Amino acid sequence: MSETHAEYADAWGEQEPPQPPAASTTGAASAVTPADASDAARLVSFGLQPKLLPARDAEYGELLRRYREDPAFARLADAVATGLGLIVLEVSPRAGMAVTAGEDSVFAVRMGDYARRASADSADRFLHGLAHLAVAAMAFPRPEDLADDAYIGRLTVNGVDAFVRQACLRLEQRAEEQGENTDPASDAPGLEAAWRIYARRSATGATKDARRLAGSTTGIVGKAAAFLTESGFLQRTGDEGGGSYRTTARYQLQVRDMAGSAAMAELLELGVVPVSDGSATLLPPPEGDDLELAADAGLPFHA
Amino acid sequence: MTSPASTDLAPPQLSAGPRPAQGPAADEGLARRLRALACTAPLHDLDARKANLAGEYTVYAMAEVALAAIDLITLNMDFDTGADHEQIVARLLPRVAAQAPTRPAAEHERVARWVLENLINVGSVDRGFRAVYGTFGPDGVYVRRDYDFKLIEEVPGYGGGVYLRTTDEAVNVLVGALDTDVTSAQIAAEVKLEVLINRGRLADAQLAAEQARYRTVQYAESLRKTLEATRRNVRAVDWLNAVPDMIAEALDHVADRYRHENAILTNIRKARDEAEAASDAKTAEHKRRAAELVDIVKDCIRRHTQLQSRLLDAGPLFRAEQDRQAFAAPTAYTGLDLYGQLVAPTLPLPVEQAARVTDAFFARGTGLRTPASVRLGDLVDLLLTPPVEREHLGAEMPEPDLIATPDDSRFSEEQLASALRLLDLEHDAPRRLSGLLADARRLDADLPYLVALLAVHAASPPVGTAYRQGEERLLFAVDDGTPLDDPEFGGADLIVGTALLDAAGMAADRSEAS
Repeated sequence: MSETHAEYADAWGEQEPPQPPAASTTGAASAVTPADASDAARLVSFGLQPKLLPARDAEYGELLRRYREDPAFARLADAVATGLGLIVLEVSPRAGMAVTAGEDSVFAVRMGDYARRASADSADRFLHGLAHLAVAAMAFPRPEDLADDAYIGRLTVNGVDAFVRQACLRLEQRAEEQGENTDPASDAPGLEAAWRIYARRSATGATKDARRLAGSTTGIVGKAAAFLTESGFLQRTGDEGGGSYRTTARYQLQVRDMAGSAAMAELLELGVVPVSDGSATLLPPPEGDDLELAADAGLPFHA
Repeated sequence: MTSPASTDLAPPQLSAGPRPAQGPAADEGLARRLRALACTAPLHDLDARKANLAGEYTVYAMAEVALAAIDLITLNMDFDTGADHEQIVARLLPRVAAQAPTRPAAEHERVARWVLENLINVGSVDRGFRAVYGTFGPDGVYVRRDYDFKLIEEVPGYGGGVYLRTTDEAVNVLVGALDTDVTSAQIAAEVKLEVLINRGRLADAQLAAEQARYRTVQYAESLRKTLEATRRNVRAVDWLNAVPDMIAEALDHVADRYRHENAILTNIRKARDEAEAASDAKTAEHKRRAAELVDIVKDCIRRHTQLQSRLLDAGPLFRAEQDRQAFAAPTAYTGLDLYGQLVAPTLPLPVEQAARVTDAFFARGTGLRTPASVRLGDLVDLLLTPPVEREHLGAEMPEPDLIATPDDSRFSEEQLASALRLLDLEHDAPRRLSGLLADARRLDADLPYLVALLAVHAASPPVGTAYRQGEERLLFAVDDGTPLDDPEFGGADLIVGTALLDAAGMAADRSEAS
C-alpha cells in the first residue's frame, strides 16, 4: 500500500488530518477487522454512485461521520479507493465521498466511448472537449465562483453555445480587423484555428425525429450536460434554453482540483500561458487588448 | 485577491498568436472577390444538379427559387427567432407553381424543399459550403486555402424549435454589395431613395427601399449579437466605455434613421396621394408602387423601434447582473478563471494544440463511470418481466354540480334581433324616432322600449371603439329640436341614421399611429 499511498498522497492530503506514517499504520493494522474493511469498501461504493446524496441515506451519512471521526477508518477507506484506482477529492457531508477516476482506472471515461465520431475525427474530438470546458466556464464564470464553496452555478445548453460562439465571433472580428486570412491551408487542416472549427459547425439542425442534431454544437453541448448530469455533477432544472442545469458541490471540486489544473498544465506545456511568480494562475487574464474585456470595468469593486 | 496592476504579468496571448501570412494587397482583394464569388456557387450548383434529380425538373429555375427563399428568410427573421421552415416552403410554392403550372402540387413542394435543403446543405456535417482558393504569401509561396461559409443557418428558437436565418454572406450576395460597410451602405441607399423619389422614378425607388431594408436587418443583427454577449457575462464587455458608446451610437442611429425614414414616408405619401388624384394607367402604377414603398419604409421603422427597445433594456440588465456578481461578499481565496485562463487562450490555438488542452480537461472533468457487468440470470429475468401497466388517465373527475341561473333579461334575444333589424337603416336614408317607434309597436308591445333605448345610446355613438375595431357602419342619433309626440315616451324626436366609416383609411391611420 505504501507505494500507492505515496503516489496519491497530495491528492488526499487536503482533507485528511495529518497522520503519522507507516509506524502507526502497522500498529493500527491489528485493530482493523474484516468488518472495518467491509465498511470502508461500502463507503467507497457509495462514492461510486455520484448521484446519491449523503443526506438521503442514513448508512452513507453514518459512514461519512465515521470517516471524519476515526482516522484509522479514514485511512482504510482511502486505501480501498486508491487500490481501485480512484482519487479522493473530498469527504464531507455536502459532497459525500467525492472520488474520481485516476487516469488509467477502469472507472475513467474515454473519449472513444463517449462519442463514436470523436475517435476518428479530430475536429469532433476537439468540439466534445471544448463543450465540457465551456460548460465549466459558464457554470463558474468568475474565479470567485469556482473558489466559493457555497456557489451554485446555473447554465443552459443554448447559453453555453451562444457564449462560445460569441467568443469565436470576437476572434473572427479581430482577425478581420488585422487583415488576417484565417482560412486554413487545404493540406494542413490541423493548423486551422480552433475557434473556426466551432464557428463553422452549425448551431442546430432539423432532424427527422425532432431530436437535437447530434453533430451540431447545441447537440454536442447538450450531450456534455446530460453526461455530467449522469456523473452527478449537474442537476437538470428545466427545459428552457435547450435544457437548464445547476451545478453540484462535486462538480466544483472536480473542476477546481482536477480538470482545471490539468488543462492549465497542458496549456503551459504548449507555452501559451507564461509562468510568473507562482500566483499567476489565480490572476484574471490580461484584459483590454483581446476580447474587449476591460479590466475591472464591469467590476469596480473587484480589487 | 487580484489587483489591476498584476494583470500586466501575463502577456496578451490572443494577439500574440501565430498570424497567417498576409499576401500582397492585390492578392488580398482577389481573395475577397473569390470568396464573394464562391457565395454564389451554391445557387449555380442548384441549376447544374437539377438534371440529376429523379424526374423531369429542368423546367424549374432553381437559382431563382433559391434567391426568392433567401429573400423570404431575410425579411422574416426577427430579433429572437428566425424564419419558420414550413412558412418559407409555403411562401415559395406560388413561385415554383408558376414556373410549371401543369405539374402536381406535391412536386412543387418537393422542389421548394429540395432548394431549401440544398441552401442549408443538409448532407454535410457542418451544414455549410466549402470553396478552395489560392493566394500568394509574402514569401511568394502559393497556398491553397479553404473558405467555409453558410447561406442559411439553422438556429434554436423558442420552445426548442429550429428556425432559419440568412447569414451575412447570403445577405451580401443578395444585396449585391459584396464588400461594403453596413452603416455607410445604408445611408447611401437612403440618399439614393430620396433622390429617386424627388425625380418621380418610383420603380427604382422601390428597389432602393428594399435594399435599405436588407441593410437595416443586417445592422440590427450585428447589434443583437453584441447585446447577447452583454447578457451572458458582464465582464466580457467593457461597460465603462465601449458598450455605453455603442448603445449611444446605436440610439443615435435609430433616432437618425427614424427621422429620415419618417421624412421619406411623408414624401412618398405625398407622391401616393398626388397620384390618387390622376387616373391614367401610368399614374395608377405609380400609386401602387408608392403604396408598396410606404409598407417597406414602415417595416424599416418598425425594426428600428424594436432595436431601440432592446437598447433601452441593456442598462437595467447590466445593473442587475452587477448586483449579483460584484456585491457578493468576497471569498478568502481566488480560483481559476476558467474563461479567461482556459477558454480564451485555447480558442485561437491551432486545433491540434487546442485539442490537447480540451482532451486534458475532458479526461479529468467528466468524473467516473462504473463499468456495467451483465449477469445472464439478471438479463433473462429482465427480458421476461412484463412491462408495468401505467395509469394514463389518472383519477376520475367528480361530476360538477351545476345550478341553472334564471334568465332575468328585460328583453329576449329575438326582441333584440328585431330591434336591430329595424335600426339597420340605409346610410343615405335616416328616419325619425317617432316612425321607428310606431313600426316597433306594430311588431311587439315591448319593442318600442328597446328601440328608444338603442336610439338614446346612439345619440352619443361609440366613435372611439368603432375606430379602434375598424367597423364600417355606425348608428347615430341627432336632436334637431323637434319634440317627440308619443303616448309612452317624451323628449326629442331624434333623427336616427347610419354613418359609413372609412375602414381602410382608419386601419392605415391606426398602424401609422402605433
